[in-house]
Amino acid sequence: MPAVSKGDGMRGLAVFISDIRNCKSKEAEIKRINKELANIRSKFKGDKALDGYSKKKYVCKLLFIFLLGHDIDFGHMEAVNLLSSNKYTEKQIGYLFISVLVNSNSELIRLINNAIKNDLSSRNPTFMCLALHCIANVGSREMAEAFASEIPRILVAGDTMDSVKQSAALCLLRLYKTSPDLVLMGEWTSRVVHLLNDQHMGVVTAAISLITCLSQKNPDEFKTCVSLAVSRLSRIVSSASTDLQDYTYYFVPAPWLSCKLLRLLQCYPPPEDGAVKGRLVECLETILNKAQEPPKSKKVQHSNAKNAILFEAISLIIHYDSEPNLLVRACNQLGQFLQHRETNLRYLALESMCTLASSEFSHEAVKTHIETVINALKTERDVSVRQRAADLLYAMCDRSNAKQIVAEMLSYLETADYSIREEMVLKVAILAEKYAVDYSWYVDTILNLIRIAGDYVSEEVWYRVIQIVINRDDVQGYAAKTVFEALQAPACHENMVKVGGYILGEFGNLIAGDPRSSPLVQFNLLHSKFHLCSVPTRALLLSAYIKFINLFPETKATIQEVLRCDSQIRNSDVELQQRAVEYLKLSSIASTDVLATVLEEMPPFPERESSILAKLKKKKGPGAVSVTELEDNKREGGELNGGGERGPDTSAMSTPSPSADLLGIRSAVPVGAAPASAGSLLVDVFSEAGPAAVSAAVNDDGFLRFVCKNNGVLFENQLLQIGIKSEYRQNLGRMYLFYGNKTSVQFASFTTTVSCPGELQLQLNVQTKPVEPLVEGGAQIQQVLNIECLTDFSEAPLLNIKFRYGGALQNLTLKLPVTINKFFQPTEMASQDFFQRWKQLSQPTQEAQKIFKASHGMDTEVLKAKLLGLGTALLDNVDPNPENYVCAGVIQTKGQQVGCLLRLEPNAQAQMYRLTLRCSKDSVSKRLCELLAEQF
Amino acid sequence: MQHDDTYCPSDLSLTHRMRFLLLFSRQGKLRLQKWFTPMTEREKKKIIRDMTSMVLSRQPRSCNFLHWKDLKIIYKRYASLYFCLAIENQENELLALEVIHRYVELLDKYFGNVCELDIIFNFEKAYFILDEFLMGGEIQETSKQMINRSIEASDMLQETMEEYMSKPAF
Repeated sequence: MPAVSKGDGMRGLAVFISDIRNCKSKEAEIKRINKELANIRSKFKGDKALDGYSKKKYVCKLLFIFLLGHDIDFGHMEAVNLLSSNKYTEKQIGYLFISVLVNSNSELIRLINNAIKNDLSSRNPTFMCLALHCIANVGSREMAEAFASEIPRILVAGDTMDSVKQSAALCLLRLYKTSPDLVLMGEWTSRVVHLLNDQHMGVVTAAISLITCLSQKNPDEFKTCVSLAVSRLSRIVSSASTDLQDYTYYFVPAPWLSCKLLRLLQCYPPPEDGAVKGRLVECLETILNKAQEPPKSKKVQHSNAKNAILFEAISLIIHYDSEPNLLVRACNQLGQFLQHRETNLRYLALESMCTLASSEFSHEAVKTHIETVINALKTERDVSVRQRAADLLYAMCDRSNAKQIVAEMLSYLETADYSIREEMVLKVAILAEKYAVDYSWYVDTILNLIRIAGDYVSEEVWYRVIQIVINRDDVQGYAAKTVFEALQAPACHENMVKVGGYILGEFGNLIAGDPRSSPLVQFNLLHSKFHLCSVPTRALLLSAYIKFINLFPETKATIQEVLRCDSQIRNSDVELQQRAVEYLKLSSIASTDVLATVLEEMPPFPERESSILAKLKKKKGPGAVSVTELEDNKREGGELNGGGERGPDTSAMSTPSPSADLLGIRSAVPVGAAPASAGSLLVDVFSEAGPAAVSAAVNDDGFLRFVCKNNGVLFENQLLQIGIKSEYRQNLGRMYLFYGNKTSVQFASFTTTVSCPGELQLQLNVQTKPVEPLVEGGAQIQQVLNIECLTDFSEAPLLNIKFRYGGALQNLTLKLPVTINKFFQPTEMASQDFFQRWKQLSQPTQEAQKIFKASHGMDTEVLKAKLLGLGTALLDNVDPNPENYVCAGVIQTKGQQVGCLLRLEPNAQAQMYRLTLRCSKDSVSKRLCELLAEQF
Repeated sequence: MQHDDTYCPSDLSLTHRMRFLLLFSRQGKLRLQKWFTPMTEREKKKIIRDMTSMVLSRQPRSCNFLHWKDLKIIYKRYASLYFCLAIENQENELLALEVIHRYVELLDKYFGNVCELDIIFNFEKAYFILDEFLMGGEIQETSKQMINRSIEASDMLQETMEEYMSKPAF
């Protein structure tokens, strides 16, 4: 132990710590700790009242034991007692214990709150700071309830000491984050903004965190902070390095405050006032200029602080995305960093350039660095830097350089770290698809991908190549030929066998003319891999075989032989056995016509978003893939969405999954592939494998009719009518259900259950009371549902109704029309604001778009009424084309608010609509788009 | 009060700039843990395990930044101790490195050439100093002078050594 312990040495504590350190084994440590715990427990329980010092010492020991990773289940009360000690160190240890071992024990919280209240009103700044720290550390709802109104007062009171102001600002911020509903804006709000002008730099530094958070939530209310922030920033940027005394950090004036100011400005669009804007641009230019000046110190702290400001300034420039000159300068600056000797700077430059690549002003400038980035991918020692290089290559990829980038990524994959291979594979697959000019290049790339990194090629990737080959008949022959050649390699990856099996099973006929790839050669090649493969692949191969029988009748005998052998037909795996039996039987019973119908070529898959992209997004978070997506949308406009001939509801159809059931014959006939007569024949042949009867299908007929209205009849049959009335406010809703007995006979055992399936139970809170079990003939009963939206959701709650009508049990399940748009609050805004926001929501994942045929008349008034019924504000004079409709609203959920913008473009001539949604949350755009596409 | 968050592409405001700070030795022994958001003990233990194994396995002279889940991990080694700070994704990495450095400077100033043992035996002081510097995952005060002044002031408030020394040790 150290000779002198600074401050108030607690000798007993030091001895204990040193004992623990001397323990030779974990067991010895536990023994020593148990001994100590027993000792402390007896002291706390003893008759003799402990003095403050001892209490402090024991509480501190308990804290130490807890921090070592052991459970502590007592001592909380003693710690709370310390809070009311008038000796500072005792109080301090008490608060530390409470902060570390938060206990939701409400009894205790009340006592703690009491002590805090005393300290806050003590007018002793040191005690006040301790109390504020405790609130911030614990940050519980109970504390917010007790102090949320008190702290703003302390913050803006004229006589509050600076250090207390600092603590109060951050404490309030913490409470606002945990319980925004309890922190009420008020008279203090405007005074808080003016703290940006405070003389004390520490106060400004603390206050600006609070202001930034509040501005994000209430931008209009805090708008004045923009000009204050700009002038503060300009004063710092132009100050000499010594002006700010201790707030200068290694010759850099106030780096933390500068960065926070730049961050605050990122909450707003560029300043409208010309003078303010000019001043800000000047600041940004000065920061960029300073980067070129020789360093004032060789210390890394100096360059870190200076570059921290530079990177934050570049973020702001990218956020504005309106100053081409600054964007290009930023890009050049980052270009210099790409070759810097500091690894950290190379890393950050690569990362920051990814965002620059998405701006139309700097995309080309970023592209000029391609060779440096490729070099980084090849030579950087640190895998995380290489990863950033790969990200940047992905972000800067477009039609002009796709072939080069894909080739480099493929060659890098051969030696890439295992940790990033899967992601690299996804990226290569996406780029290859997106920039494929001819699809043979695409097929080559994907097959190469499987050859090089087969283990990392996920299902999504090989599903996708099959989807694309099936949908494009110009590449099918090439794909068959290439995959046939790839399979000739002595060792090839199982994924290659899967792709090969599927493609040859569908399109093997296209290369069968060549004697080198005659049907039997193809079959033998596939079957030579069979025994090395896993069960799912074997299952797929069996399906390929039955397809072969259809494609090439001459292979029938050979294949039946294979199916008939014991290792297939008596295989211990049920799936394989079933397929062998069924296929064998199918091939012997069914006539050629039936066989041809059942085994017809797979129909094209519905066009939809690449599942690979979805997977990458899941892996990396939404920001990571935005870049090329954005570019793509810019260049190709609506073509991506408009190109496919999709019906309005194709996205609801699930894509057939190749491995699950290649032919789909056991559960359902492939869409459009088999006429009804053949279907019934199949049921005869395989009656034992027929689909299980669905017990109570969900009735969702009424569901979509209620998206744009709240009241009406949800359901009606001969017995029962169900009416709905509903009202919504903020994130809360109330729904009245009216069950009307249309018969003259009593319904008995009438019960209703509302359930939120799956994820929905975490997203929506629906509460109700049971209804009366008897509904007399002709009577109507009512049920009230209280609904709370916790976060955005896509599914609908289910209402199950059971009753007896004349002895027969009636069972009915309905989708309740609770949709995310019910929680809309309309937002009126001017044209300029609208486009500003529209642009800010430009990440491709934030947008959802659909083009669909009008299913009702295109009457203007009806459309308007529907859009208003949706819950948004219908904005006039926004869209330059008066035919178009533009709406805005904010969805209120408990956890957050989601801003949504909508644009509906009717094309009366074609009787089509194009609908575009942009929301601050991706899932909301998607869901609203689905819902609305059914409404017009 | 008008609710409107469409100005900001992502929902930044419900997040905490810094999530946690861990100090651990080269052997992976945890010396200090500060959590800026509520977390269960289980989650904490998992994070501590992940961080120590991830950071300790890094090659020397690698860059100081890592991506972990949706966070950035900034770490730096000072003598035998690793300082590991987790920040929000949109936060500034370089500045986070300097947050670590400033904390080291503060410890250094207080203990005089701080070493791992100082932090082990005076862990409560290490926490107090940190509390003067950061609060709720935000910077409260960056000036070394100001922080030292308030730590000295609280030391002044303490009872004299003699009073304690006259008490029995246990």
